[in-house]
Amino acid sequence: MIDVKKVAHLARLAISDDEEKTYKAQMSTIFKHFEEIASVDTKNVEPLITPTDMKLVFREDKREVVLTVEEAMKNAPEKSGNLFKVPPVVG
Amino acid sequence: MSIIEKNLTELCDAVQKRELKSEAITKAFLDQSTRLNPKLNAYITMNEKALEQARDVDKKIASGAKVGRLAGVPIAIKDMLCTKGIKTTAGSKILHNFIPQYSAAVVEKLEGAGAITIGKTNQDEFAMGSSTETSHYGICRNPWSTDYVPGGSSGGSAAAVSARMAPMAIGTDTGGSVRQPANFCGIVGVKPTYGRVSRYGIVAYASSLDQAGPMGHTVQDCATIMEVISGKDVRDTTSAQEAVPEWSKNLTDNLKGLKIGLPKEYFAEGVSDDVRKVVKNAIDIAKAAGAEIVDVSLPLTHLGVAVYYLVATCEASSNLARYDGVRFGYRSDFEKSPAVDVDDFYSRNRGEGFGSEVKRRIMLGTYALSSGYYDAYYKKACQVRRLLRQNFLDAFKKCDVLLSPASTTPAFKIGERIESPIEMYLNDIYTTSTNLAGLPGMSVPGGFSKDKLPIGVQIMAAHFQEQKMLNVGYAIEKSLNLTREVPNVVR
Repeated sequence: MIDVKKVAHLARLAISDDEEKTYKAQMSTIFKHFEEIASVDTKNVEPLITPTDMKLVFREDKREVVLTVEEAMKNAPEKSGNLFKVPPVVG
Repeated sequence: MSIIEKNLTELCDAVQKRELKSEAITKAFLDQSTRLNPKLNAYITMNEKALEQARDVDKKIASGAKVGRLAGVPIAIKDMLCTKGIKTTAGSKILHNFIPQYSAAVVEKLEGAGAITIGKTNQDEFAMGSSTETSHYGICRNPWSTDYVPGGSSGGSAAAVSARMAPMAIGTDTGGSVRQPANFCGIVGVKPTYGRVSRYGIVAYASSLDQAGPMGHTVQDCATIMEVISGKDVRDTTSAQEAVPEWSKNLTDNLKGLKIGLPKEYFAEGVSDDVRKVVKNAIDIAKAAGAEIVDVSLPLTHLGVAVYYLVATCEASSNLARYDGVRFGYRSDFEKSPAVDVDDFYSRNRGEGFGSEVKRRIMLGTYALSSGYYDAYYKKACQVRRLLRQNFLDAFKKCDVLLSPASTTPAFKIGERIESPIEMYLNDIYTTSTNLAGLPGMSVPGGFSKDKLPIGVQIMAAHFQEQKMLNVGYAIEKSLNLTREVPNVVR
């Protein structure tokens, strides 16, 4: 059985008791379906992450102004000068 | 023919030849949007400066200055793509007030070619859905019959083009999100090869699958847009180095010498009679155009949905970790009930800011990646993904393109599948494998169901072989001549 509360905590998601119940049922149905992949023999198969064969290309490491401080702060829910402000928290 | 019934290519020509002004074109599409958006909910936000920008283009043209190939023509942009100065929500409450300080590479390129961003289209929240019912900004409706979904996640883009609220729209396709809504709304939708189009500035859902593409009335229109938006971008490490061909100039409906493979697993029991009929007709057209038809097999097709949802949700759980309510986006009200600790602060912002489908997918991914499950789920899925891609590579030794249904049925009714996530996920069976393999795919209108709902035909090609796929679409389009069909709501 999936411990939905624990998973929600790992994902930093506050969920209600009702949501927990619904997700528990849905997630176990979904994972039952996902488990079909266990039937495939994948011995010595390298996992595939990027689906096209491409060389990783790095850009030049040069300094440039992409965003000014003012632009970077524009969407802040709360700020104090050039700092992002959050409510006082402990822990 | 009225302005809004012209396709992108015709509008571009009219502007270049000074037969139509951008202001008149932009106003016509804005008026249509004002009239129909209350009914369809295709747009979340309109660009308030669209008319002003159109007038600027007109001035530039009048002065004799050189303008780009898309000059003065409005294009709708899915709300997954950042647009400088225009609210970008990704369909989520968590980005309800987010105004990007830069534009996505795709938007930069379109605007660089002279296009006007007309508005931001509705979508499933963070592109997680196949019906545009999970949007925080309300469900979007199918212009052909408003009781039906437009498909998703780029449902707003498909509905806007279909209802002539824009001549062209950009969508994103992670597991079928361009092709399936194009299929449901009777338009052309193209997902280019993974890496063709830069992902810079596109809200990330599942980075190894996400790819933006055009949604328009004709194959020619979509090919033109692909030429504008494709190409290497140093800001996206997975963007491809390959040269960008002139697809739109090389279109031909002569398919002589081309081999079209029919993957037998895509014609399984669940395919409805209406869809079967339309696809069979498309095959006959391709044959008449000179193509040779061969049978092929993609034996792991039945696992495509499982592999897709494992890979996508794992990547999403990581990508969406950035939404924490500190630097941007939704923040819960901590005035009345202060947070107990920093976890509580994040959890409440995220728990209230994300909708239920997004939370479900983040948790599916978190669980699959968690200690003790990683090997059985994520790693295993990535291994099966390689085998699935090999299925396609083997098939392409026998043929040049694959042709299949884009989904088992035409559009379904609003509310019909939303209560059952697994049923909704299984809906994506014919589209997700394309993304897992990184292949280009498209949906082209093939006809209608008995109830007059559009049905598309899916075409897929090998990596970077978009031209072959576009040619098959072009041949089907030319033969059927459906591009002027409009839903009743338009008139």
